Amino acid sequence: MKNSGWILVLAVATFGALVAAGLAQDDLFRAHMFVLTLTLGGGTLYLLRTASFEPAVPVDPDAYLDGPIRVGTVLTVFWGVVGFLVGVIVALQMAYPDLNIQPWFNFGRMRPLHTSAVVFAFGGSALLTTSLYVVQRTTRARLFGGDLAWFVMWGYQLFIVMAATGYLLGISQGREYAEPEWYVDIWLTIVWVAYLVLFLGTLVKRKEPHIYVANWFYLAFIVTVAMLHVVNNLAVPVSFLGVKSYSAFSGVQDALTQWWYGHNAVGFFLTAGFLGMMYYFLPKQAGRPVYSYRLSIIHFWALIFLYIWAGPHHLYYTALPDWAQTLGMVFSIMLWMPSWGGMINGLLTLRGAWDKIRTDPIIRMMVVAVAFYGMSTFEGPVMSIRAVNALSHYTNWTIGHVHSGALGWVGMISFGAVYFLTPRLWYRERLYSLRMVNWHFWLATLGIVIYAAVMWVAGITQGLMWREYNDQGFLVYSFAEVVAAMHPYYVLRAVGGMLYLAGGIVMAVNVALTIKGHVRVERPLVPAAPQMKLAA
Amino acid sequence: MKQPDVDHLSGIETTGHEWDGIKELNNPLPRWWLWTFYACIAFALVYSVLFPAWPLIGGGTPGLLGYSTRGEFHREVAAAQSEQAANLAKIAAMPVAVIAADPALAAFASAGGASAFKVYCSQCHGSGAEGGVGYPNLNDDEWIWGGSIDQIYQTIAHGARSLGDDQTHDSIMPNFGSDGILTRDQIRSVALYVASLSGLAGGEKTPEGEQLYAQNCAACHGPDAKGLQAMGGPNLTNAIWLYRGSVDGIVAQINHPRLGMMPAWGAKLGDVTVKELAVYVHGLGGGQ
Repeated sequence: MKNSGWILVLAVATFGALVAAGLAQDDLFRAHMFVLTLTLGGGTLYLLRTASFEPAVPVDPDAYLDGPIRVGTVLTVFWGVVGFLVGVIVALQMAYPDLNIQPWFNFGRMRPLHTSAVVFAFGGSALLTTSLYVVQRTTRARLFGGDLAWFVMWGYQLFIVMAATGYLLGISQGREYAEPEWYVDIWLTIVWVAYLVLFLGTLVKRKEPHIYVANWFYLAFIVTVAMLHVVNNLAVPVSFLGVKSYSAFSGVQDALTQWWYGHNAVGFFLTAGFLGMMYYFLPKQAGRPVYSYRLSIIHFWALIFLYIWAGPHHLYYTALPDWAQTLGMVFSIMLWMPSWGGMINGLLTLRGAWDKIRTDPIIRMMVVAVAFYGMSTFEGPVMSIRAVNALSHYTNWTIGHVHSGALGWVGMISFGAVYFLTPRLWYRERLYSLRMVNWHFWLATLGIVIYAAVMWVAGITQGLMWREYNDQGFLVYSFAEVVAAMHPYYVLRAVGGMLYLAGGIVMAVNVALTIKGHVRVERPLVPAAPQMKLAA
Repeated sequence: MKQPDVDHLSGIETTGHEWDGIKELNNPLPRWWLWTFYACIAFALVYSVLFPAWPLIGGGTPGLLGYSTRGEFHREVAAAQSEQAANLAKIAAMPVAVIAADPALAAFASAGGASAFKVYCSQCHGSGAEGGVGYPNLNDDEWIWGGSIDQIYQTIAHGARSLGDDQTHDSIMPNFGSDGILTRDQIRSVALYVASLSGLAGGEKTPEGEQLYAQNCAACHGPDAKGLQAMGGPNLTNAIWLYRGSVDGIVAQINHPRLGMMPAWGAKLGDVTVKELAVYVHGLGGGQ
């Protein structure tokens, strides 16, 4: 019987989760274990219902394993829409505090739900999906380890479900972007090591002599995230049947560990991983060779060497010793050009294909992604200058910076990859509608521009109001007045987010209809070139 | 020798590798990129010599400029304090009424008071000192505990009904209804009488109401109902109401009164800030 081993494992795990719920030392752990029981039980039932008793078809060892990639593509789109929706909700909660619905849907629980949904659920699924696609195509080898890819894909989704439900229940270890508690962290570690084995194993059995640059970036992302995740989450649980744990670090060491993690989650998850995506999908879609092999090597090694030291720039003017603050700043400044190496290589790869910006909305998305990547990796070093940070820190400028990177770079390059993958994975002639891609492009771009511009103005206003002294040497504004001054910006920010969400929904419809095999009859985006009339 | 593979569009050689149709051109590093990278590294090196940067066993290098974030903070605080020192010393030494009489010093004190007001007072009295239900408006000339600058100073320093401060304003309106001092009908009657004094809708001046007022209320609110600041009894003849300005509101207040409470800020903020607050509040427009 197909999947009999997995059905057995899942059934036993379901029972284990039920036992854990029964023995739980606190109500939150019990509730969370019931969630786990339902999730695993649902998975078991699904596998049982789809079990087939026909003799197994032998697997062609040379054929690509695309099943998990198809699942991952759909989940990327799904989590994207969920993450953007929760983002719009938290944006509205900032503007209209009455929307905080206690206790499950207050801002304190919804905010990590939003960040995890977009970074780990949407971004993580996009990275997982594209990396498995890219590594097979660029090594000409089937994924290593039989069903390992299925385990990694579904195991990662289980992590997302446990993290998200935990936040809403109020389970958090209070570490930004690393909120899940110890037991969810251990599960992610298992999944992540499996992912590393899967990726490395595929690289080892490659049929190409060299390893393509996209795979270097993906590998750097997988290895470094494993290290960051394990070290930052070192903790001692109060009980092995309870939610609470205490960090292995304390005081400023704890803060530094957290921001070493937090900054490199940006560096290796949201930068290195997505550069891997860019290095495959952009040249493929443009049909042009990568601009410079040498640039890709130099900027890769410079990027991964320098990024890891930049975390202290999150802790200026704190208890962190000055020497560590300075090192955080100078490494951030040295990081500027290595980051831009990716932008340059991406943009110059389009040499000879720039006309496609006019005709191909997918290329257009990728170009805007790379442009936002360049902009936010310039803005980052600027904000890391101590004097600039004194103004920008704790303000909405930081939120704007993060979102120009997240919506502009991570979002747009992922959308481009999804539009590239969908027709190929489901063997469709083309996408359901290219005009809808164009709509998505404009909705998303307009959303980002509104979001980023509003948050710049809001952040600088906020920073200036906080430090405004009158000529007698007294503070001019109270904190509450600054909060009140943010209201119109928060409303506009929500509008920007709604546009971005609308774009995401257009994508979801387009991808779903493409998968179902529909093709929209539509006017081409670019009118056909005028035909030369030959003289009779 | 193998023929080099050349990209037909750009005329540049490729590296000869190909993955799933992707080739790589053998372009050099863009010079401006490389030199900007070098410049950033040079900047980093110079900066890390000038500023505290290199970790040693017992701490980091101090840097040639002698900069530290704590030093920067202390310098800025010291500079701000030295600018304000002369005025703050004068405020500390002078009675609040004298401060208010010196225009330059009063302007300084008022600026300090405005700043402190936003942090400590605006939660109840509003950021424009406009007050709210249960919290007096400080812009008008109605003062429960007195509107001279000395009285305002006294009220801020010791508060009203503030536990633990033996100089706090202290008076309690009895629970006329819930403690059974007056009957329902009597309360109704005196409430109608009080309402009639300011011309509230439904008010009615009856001899019984007038008599009940004289017996029960006049001691604190005054025989003419214009209020007695010494007792903290508000004026009942104007249109200003701390709680609800209606017959029902007056009935509720007589039956089981709500009593305002204000913290004694003197112990918390210090005398100088309380004086600044008094000058600011006195200057809002209603000061007497």
